[in-house]
Amino acid sequence: MLAFTLRRAVQAIGVMFAVGIIAFSMFRFAGDPVNQIVSIDTPAAEREAVRKSLGLDDPVPVQFVRYFGDAAQFKFGVSYQFRQPVSALLMERMPATLELAICATVFAMVLGILMGVYSALRRDTVLAKLFQAVSLIGISLPTFLIGILLIYLFAVTLGWLPSFGRGDVVKLGWWTTGLLTLSGLKALIMPSITLGLFQMTLIMRLVRAEMLEVLRTDYIRFARARGLTTRAIHFGHALKNTLIPVITVAGLQFGSVIAFSIITETVFQWPGMGLLFVQAVQNVDIPIMAAYLLMVSLIFVTINLVVDILYTVVDPRLRATVGRAT
Amino acid sequence: MRKTFDKSASPMTEPVLSVRNLRVEFASRRGTLRAIDDVSFDIAKGEVLGVVGESGAGKSVTGLAVIGLIDPPGRIAGGEIHLAGLRIDNLPQEEMRRIRGKRIGMIFQDPLTSLNPLYRVGDQIIETIRTHLNLSETAARRRAIDLLAEVGIPAPEKRIDGYPHEFSGGMRQRVVIALAICAEPELIIADEPTTALDVSVQAQIISLIKRLGRDHGTAVMLVTHDMGVIAETSDRVAVMYAGRVAEIGPVQDVVRNPLHPYAKGLMGAIPTLAGDDKRLVQIPGSMPRLSAIPRGCSFNPRCAFAFDRCRVDRPEPLPRGTQSVACHLYDNVPTESAA
Repeated sequence: MLAFTLRRAVQAIGVMFAVGIIAFSMFRFAGDPVNQIVSIDTPAAEREAVRKSLGLDDPVPVQFVRYFGDAAQFKFGVSYQFRQPVSALLMERMPATLELAICATVFAMVLGILMGVYSALRRDTVLAKLFQAVSLIGISLPTFLIGILLIYLFAVTLGWLPSFGRGDVVKLGWWTTGLLTLSGLKALIMPSITLGLFQMTLIMRLVRAEMLEVLRTDYIRFARARGLTTRAIHFGHALKNTLIPVITVAGLQFGSVIAFSIITETVFQWPGMGLLFVQAVQNVDIPIMAAYLLMVSLIFVTINLVVDILYTVVDPRLRATVGRAT
Repeated sequence: MRKTFDKSASPMTEPVLSVRNLRVEFASRRGTLRAIDDVSFDIAKGEVLGVVGESGAGKSVTGLAVIGLIDPPGRIAGGEIHLAGLRIDNLPQEEMRRIRGKRIGMIFQDPLTSLNPLYRVGDQIIETIRTHLNLSETAARRRAIDLLAEVGIPAPEKRIDGYPHEFSGGMRQRVVIALAICAEPELIIADEPTTALDVSVQAQIISLIKRLGRDHGTAVMLVTHDMGVIAETSDRVAVMYAGRVAEIGPVQDVVRNPLHPYAKGLMGAIPTLAGDDKRLVQIPGSMPRLSAIPRGCSFNPRCAFAFDRCRVDRPEPLPRGTQSVACHLYDNVPTESAA
């Protein structure tokens, strides 16, 4: 088990290294960074001074090692547009994004699993068919459109929910949370639904398909032949087997929820990392873009690692094969 | 058949399982398919009834019908099933559930897939015990260990915490058997319990089922296509063909002196160890599909003795000595012969 975890951790570091190379090469390919910092009429001598102060005159391998060493300590340089350390900017925005992503995922998981189980067990009811139809809409409508429709309905027409921002936030150390104020909670609702709707429909369809599959297996038939209650069969034996693939998908999806919160954050002007990234793209603020890339891949890699470990917790068969293989 | 029923209806000799004129149908796009047609048999306390026949003869479906696990689009379309006098084919689902596992235990073909891979073997046994018997967790665990010991699993107090994948096929089938008998059922339905196992393990499992049946006085319905298993274990045997019972009787009589041409063919297909190098008998053709069962006797196109009446009239089971056979060859009652 430990060896398995270690091996996976080494693989994760390899992936991060590869991403680091890509992030670093962004600086090379997106034009001369000095031009982004100085104004047009800055004299050449001053430009050289800036170049030297940023270490941009060193050989490329030296720069790469330095960038990587700094990145490993979460130092991503200084933002061109804000003249502030990128890590401070990201830290400041991270709580907003994580809060939104977690709310969206919880919303997607809870509703997705409930709806999926229901539509598998009561396949022929009107409600189950309605869920199927709704899930089709959820999968095919683009995120921004859902966001705009929600804003139109609940913010503009009905006026129940705010159309943008986080509402009032409370500071807990360096973390800011909108979960403790009414306006913060209200502001969370629409972005969470917008961000989570796709995952919800995905999870619902997955749970439904898996559940139907599991209900056909021999061990479910044998469980019925043993006279277990329908409840024990459906929610004990069948659901647990259904959740294995759901864990993977939900876990991996959490990464994309964070990564693709860019769109939702833009639609709702949510002050998170995604919005920061979009602004950085508009202003060719490469340190932020590179740092964002590294952050998102770190999150992805970490989630993958956690999912792999969670797997072995849920499924005893994996525990055995993993133990034997290492 | 009517007569035997009347005889067995007296309370003293009441059979554990009594199936009367059972009919099971499956609704399909091409119309209703009759998988089981007019099947009747009894199993007495402590008796092992072997049910034998080719694939698709309706052996397994009969077992599933008895335990009430025929899934739609299949349904019991006619007949009655009695468990120790209680009619069970029309019970409400919840009452039938209480009977499953408690009064009727079932063993399926593939032990590798019969157990839930995510739960410890012990938890599955304890869950079943506590569903049917009013026992505490610790008492149920003790009983589970005893059961595992009884079905021949070494070091049961340790193995009880193992997961199914940690058991071999034969050991898993033993666990499945422990699960089937954990509430002391009156009837065990074993659906091809040895088909998925190694030959060396088959004999162990068969003798285990036989011993358990004897020790607990349990009636056993043993479904298999293996005549050797039947000859070794069963007290009586029912030969099924195309959803009907062709012949039923004490196992030594049916094996030594089969009456029905199909049963004769089956018995002729058993190789002997005696070393006589006669060719084994082969029954020409194959069993008809449910959608194309011929008129008259369903065996008539493959039967060497078929005559005109076989192609028109469906033979009813008639007693003949200790056996009962559904074949016009043994119909003593003279009819206006068409030939």
